[in-house]
Amino acid sequence: MTPWSLEVAERVDRLELPFNALGMDPWGVSRGHLKLFYGLLEPLYRQYFRVKSLGVSNVPPRGRAMLVGNHSGGIAMDGAMVIASMFFDQEPPRLVQGMAEKFMNALPFAAPLSWRVGQFTGLPEHALQLLQDERLLMVFPEGARGTAKLYKERYSLVDFGTGFMRLALQTRTPIIPFGFLGGGAAIPTVANLYKVGKLLGLPYLPVTPWVLPVPLPVEMEVHYGTPLHFEGTGDEDDSVIQRYVEQVKAAVAGLIEGARTERHARKHPGEQAR
Amino acid sequence: MRVLIPGVAGGLARQVAARLLRLGHEVIGIDPRRFWDVPDGLELYPVDVRKRAAEDVFRKRRPDAVVHMATVTSLQVQGDERDRINLGGTRAVFDHCRTYGVKQVVFVGRHTFYGAAPDAALYHTEEEPPLALASFPALADLVAADLYAATSLWRDPSMRTSVLRMVYTLGPALHGTLGAFLRGRVVPIVLGYDPLFQFLHEQDAVSAIVLALEKQLRGLYNVAGLQPLPLSLIIRESGRTALPLPEFLLERVLGHGGLPGLPPGALSHLKFPIVVDGRRFREETGFAPTRDEVQTLHDIQLPR
Repeated sequence: MTPWSLEVAERVDRLELPFNALGMDPWGVSRGHLKLFYGLLEPLYRQYFRVKSLGVSNVPPRGRAMLVGNHSGGIAMDGAMVIASMFFDQEPPRLVQGMAEKFMNALPFAAPLSWRVGQFTGLPEHALQLLQDERLLMVFPEGARGTAKLYKERYSLVDFGTGFMRLALQTRTPIIPFGFLGGGAAIPTVANLYKVGKLLGLPYLPVTPWVLPVPLPVEMEVHYGTPLHFEGTGDEDDSVIQRYVEQVKAAVAGLIEGARTERHARKHPGEQAR
Repeated sequence: MRVLIPGVAGGLARQVAARLLRLGHEVIGIDPRRFWDVPDGLELYPVDVRKRAAEDVFRKRRPDAVVHMATVTSLQVQGDERDRINLGGTRAVFDHCRTYGVKQVVFVGRHTFYGAAPDAALYHTEEEPPLALASFPALADLVAADLYAATSLWRDPSMRTSVLRMVYTLGPALHGTLGAFLRGRVVPIVLGYDPLFQFLHEQDAVSAIVLALEKQLRGLYNVAGLQPLPLSLIIRESGRTALPLPEFLLERVLGHGGLPGLPPGALSHLKFPIVVDGRRFREETGFAPTRDEVQTLHDIQLPR
């Protein structure tokens, strides 16, 4: 018996990636590891967090594209659930490739495993080459500052980096904004321990009311917005890039706000969202 | 064409010589090392490329092209001597090429030029500088030889120089760095790491070198096969068994009990990948490997 369902196996086989006879793609992504990975994500996506994916049809079924959204929650559950949503709810299923924090690649065990499932170090060279290979990239422009948001800041956005926009312009890649909700409630961070994190080789260690960053089974939602297309070369002035980035940030904020209003209306008909 | 091959005794160099002879070229070899299976028709001079006698070969035989394969790795030669062979030898070869009017030089270098580092991007392009030299000092002289060869591009613009940064080669005789590492049935790896390795079948590597000559390439080129594979998969698919050991233990046991030896710093190459982008070479020469990675591993398979 395999630890993954037949559906997972069938969907992995339908991923449009150039696997060779040994089930490896040119980046070292492995079909076998993907089955295990999605097999582990399935119960989290479907039963534990009961993730709702809305607007999935906004994501192109093939060709280069960039998913750009907000971080939600002290550990990268948001990224994992976006990866799961494009696998379980998109037709044909697509492999979402995140840009992991640089510390990941030096961690034994974690580094080779994250590579096998297509999650590489967040280097501009990787992003560029993956887009040239017509892959689907996931970017959290808030970076580690985004996962470090405390519970009370869970619906806010910290500053967006601008690198993704230059890449999108350079490679003529559509940006699909997404808003992620629920991560902040699943892992309500009350404080971040930076010194302890450093000892463990991590940027910080989030602390929850129950101390360990173990997520609660809170419902999560991911809302994909309509694709944004920007024209340019990627060599524009910072002020131009910043303006474009603000448009993406506004789109993400709009998706979060829209989702909150909707959620509130569902739970409390007749009241306004707080 | 009259082609001179310094370092002709090497496993790959002998095959290059044999292929060029088959293609009807005149081939002259220089190498002080003894070897038995000298290709028929090879004009062999058992001299050191840094010595006067080697220069005499250049002067008297006036080759049209030189394929410089007289560099050694830290697995073959230790200490200062390696430095003298790699850098001193490369300098001598290029000096003689210039003095005696050689029209074309192919420097056969290695993709390990780029180094293995945790924060490096996966696919290295020719424009990138070498990385992580501090963690693997035994690689410094090969990097220096590569960079020195590349200076010929601007110092002697009339001479067509191509610097090939070739991935590991594999073939039944298990020549070369990766081949030597895979010689035993049990192959040690670093616990917790499984880097991608890139390799070419040695017959395809020979074809690439011959293509560089035929197409009269000028510039820096990565030469790679179809796609890299994780080390653990290479070991398994070639009928061997991986022995994952913690790094501190691996350092102590390497070179003992039938396990392959490695120079200090080489463990970084067992932890992080060195993968090159070989598109430029493929596009300019039409190079297409005849054996993919699966067939290549089949060729070095141990009987089960």
